[in-house]
Amino acid sequence: MRVGWFQRQLHKSEAFRGYTLLSPALIFLAAAILIPFAILVVMSFWTTAGFDFNREFTPHNYQQIMERPIYGALLWRSLWISTIATVFTVVLCYPMAYYVAFHVHRNKMMWIVLMTLPFWTSYLLRVFAWKVVLGYEGVINSGLMWAGWIEAPLEFLLYSPTAVIITLAHAWAAFAILPLYVSLEKIDKSLLEAATDLGDGPVRRFFRITFPLSMPGVISASILIFIPTTGDYITPALLGGPDGMMIGNLIQAQFGAVNNWPMGAALSIVLMLTIAAISVAFILVTFFVRKRIT
Amino acid sequence: MSDSYINKPNRPLQLYAIIFLIFLYVPVLFLPLFSFNDSIYVRFPMEGLTLQWYRELMGREAVWAALMNSFKVGITASIVATALGIFGAKAITRYRFHGKAPIVTFIMLPLVVPLIIFGVALLVLMTSIGIPLSLYTVTIGHLIICIPFAIAVLLPRFEGFDASIEEASADLGENAWWTFWRVTLPMIFPGVVASLLLCFTVSFDEFILAFFLNGTEATLPMYIWGQLRFPQEFPSVLALSSMIIAASFIIVFFGQWINRDASISSIEGGK
Amino acid sequence: MSHDDFISIRDVQKYFGSFQAIENITMDIGHGEFFSLLGASGCGKTTLLRMLAGFESPTSGEIFIDGQPMSEVPPHMRPVNMVFQSYAIFPHLNVRDNIAYGLRKRKLPKPEVNRMVDEMLELISLPDYGDRKATQLSGGQRQRIALARALILKPKVLLLDEPLGALDKQLREQMQLELRALQRAVGITFVFVTHDQEEAMTLSDRIAVMANGRVMQLDSPGGLYESPNSRDVASFIGTMNFFDGVVKEHQGANLTIDAQGIGTVAANTRNGPFQAGDKVQVAIRPEKLKLTTERPEGATYSAQGKVENMAYLGERSHFQVGMDGVDGHIAVSSQNDRPGAQPFAMDTPVWLQWENDALVVLGR
Repeated sequence: MRVGWFQRQLHKSEAFRGYTLLSPALIFLAAAILIPFAILVVMSFWTTAGFDFNREFTPHNYQQIMERPIYGALLWRSLWISTIATVFTVVLCYPMAYYVAFHVHRNKMMWIVLMTLPFWTSYLLRVFAWKVVLGYEGVINSGLMWAGWIEAPLEFLLYSPTAVIITLAHAWAAFAILPLYVSLEKIDKSLLEAATDLGDGPVRRFFRITFPLSMPGVISASILIFIPTTGDYITPALLGGPDGMMIGNLIQAQFGAVNNWPMGAALSIVLMLTIAAISVAFILVTFFVRKRIT
Repeated sequence: MSDSYINKPNRPLQLYAIIFLIFLYVPVLFLPLFSFNDSIYVRFPMEGLTLQWYRELMGREAVWAALMNSFKVGITASIVATALGIFGAKAITRYRFHGKAPIVTFIMLPLVVPLIIFGVALLVLMTSIGIPLSLYTVTIGHLIICIPFAIAVLLPRFEGFDASIEEASADLGENAWWTFWRVTLPMIFPGVVASLLLCFTVSFDEFILAFFLNGTEATLPMYIWGQLRFPQEFPSVLALSSMIIAASFIIVFFGQWINRDASISSIEGGK
Repeated sequence: MSHDDFISIRDVQKYFGSFQAIENITMDIGHGEFFSLLGASGCGKTTLLRMLAGFESPTSGEIFIDGQPMSEVPPHMRPVNMVFQSYAIFPHLNVRDNIAYGLRKRKLPKPEVNRMVDEMLELISLPDYGDRKATQLSGGQRQRIALARALILKPKVLLLDEPLGALDKQLREQMQLELRALQRAVGITFVFVTHDQEEAMTLSDRIAVMANGRVMQLDSPGGLYESPNSRDVASFIGTMNFFDGVVKEHQGANLTIDAQGIGTVAANTRNGPFQAGDKVQVAIRPEKLKLTTERPEGATYSAQGKVENMAYLGERSHFQVGMDGVDGHIAVSSQNDRPGAQPFAMDTPVWLQWENDALVVLGR
């Protein structure tokens, strides 16, 4: 029974087998994620020169970002919109997840599929749908006017941060519902029965047992919504208007009309670092708060 | 169980759930609604029903071309992602090795990080190496988000079946290749189908990466984006969108249904 | 390695990371033996079995099967087959296809395969089950199909990983007898893993008692029962009484020991070697102690105590006897020869009687 070197290594070590199987996916993703990021970092230290780049290493772009207020303001506004959208989404989705976890007894899977199905359609189309609904002559306005409830179209609905927030909440709801549902579902029902037995009414029971135990889900949901929405640019582009513009639009412009790729790279890096910093801070804060509670 | 105290039906909550679902679906359902509207304006009151926008779409060369492109990219991305996903999911569930948790987090990263960052980074990479932008570059971009999806769908399937079955097959004389075909694949088959369908849908619907990495041949979402500039094109965009939404719903529903007995708790690993 | 040793395990060690699962094992298993690995959970018996099958590799050391080293040989090329603890029946195949699974490689003609499967179904007493789906079977049926699936390939060694653990008591006892008969009929070497010492004693030609990754003692069931080499083995197999003692003098294997409670006794032992002054434990099985109300005359050795508890079990009675100078109770088990008679009432003073060659001396 002659066996080659590779086969011998495969047979000898379980770890070797594991890595080998994983390697195509891993190598591809590593190459596709790490290399571009490395290049992005390098490019952020270049400057634009006509149609080419001035490859001299300089922190010029970062200085610009620090000094000129527009960048900071836009980043700040993006974070603000994202945060509100996150809170809004999590708060609205929580009762829904709660309902399916505790009050649905048959066909839970069907409910889950129902709740997440909209998520599988094109993001672009969902944003477009809201544009249609919220527009000046859109569904809400024309419907309300037709029914005689308002005289003139409501201005604030479209091309505003409000529009962006509503659309983001709708688009990312599935990312909130799933983690919330999973952590609510895991709660041992007998804990709730014990609490009732010891004298807690439904409201107190919720705040003392259910909500704290569902915290991991709340945290997951928050992070899962906050991170992608900060960099979103389709929604602000279609419905943000000048007041609703987010940093994603600025980044995209650098690679488009403005043609300042190094600046776009720098902005992307800054965005990534900000998101990472906030996520880590958030996780640490909740970690310490939970330690104090338990 | 349904009569126990804890699970007493809660009317306000039920109402909330229904209203929630309505709000979730209705904005999207307006698209098909107005695609039958006999007017280029999307507003109430509607002006009569018509199929003209659909008929007009069928005649456009550009639409069919974009559809073909989306198909090419989608089919390639879903097959490659599912294949890599099978190996990856098997490695994650069956083998012990160092660094598993960080590796899995890394693999799931594309699902959470804003796609614009990936789009930008890949664009920079492609141009630096000198690769021309085309459907191939779009496919590579789509693989980045499809592979994590494939792994996420296949993971519960692998976790759900007894590892000793594959060992039994090896013990009875079949090598890795034969064990895969005779035992592993039949057991994960619903997951494979679901993964193919879901990855295809993700790729088909994907806009951001396509926008950054595209050359001259547009995918369907890109075509729509282009058309949004022209208000008179609104109805045809509505018609096209409606068809895409309907197709996505059907494909995804079918995929989830086939895979229905896999556990859901592994799908959302979170951070 | 004698020519009769079929499986040789030489200095095998196994680490999982920094955890040592198998410390250092060297042993031989003979051709056609029913050999058991016996021990509590976590003792390493399943790890050792899986190394024989090829699913784990020894960190160091070597395993030989029929003279061939196995370290480079993957599981699908080894002349061994395994019956898994969970049976691992393929759910997507029916019974017939399950049993015939391993025959694909041999590319036999279909009628031949069918004949072999039918033979197997007869052997495991499930003759009409061929077309049943695997998911429609009971635990006992699945276990038999797992056996048939392995045996049809005529392996040199059959490995069984706690195959009877999931069955209820009656079925388990029935399957034990069937397994033993099967092994004798087929003549293959069986390596059997279990944590149930009664099961191991019933089925095996030899047993390796394992704990903490080491083999504590390897012997026939009789040898393990009558001459355990340590307190752990002695108390693991059946019940045992222990008396602390000190060696007074020794002559080769013959020892004189001062023991708690039972006084000065003479015993000889396979264990040791022991020197004067060594601390030892003297052990004796409950059924080797005889109880009488009067001081026995002419008996070799005896001591006095009081009945503190008893249990009547029909054919036997179990007593717990208290004795001065001894902590805890002494267990005595005697047959009820005389029908209906209540042997000894509670609190009866009694005399214990034994033969010295029933004593076992263990290190402390």
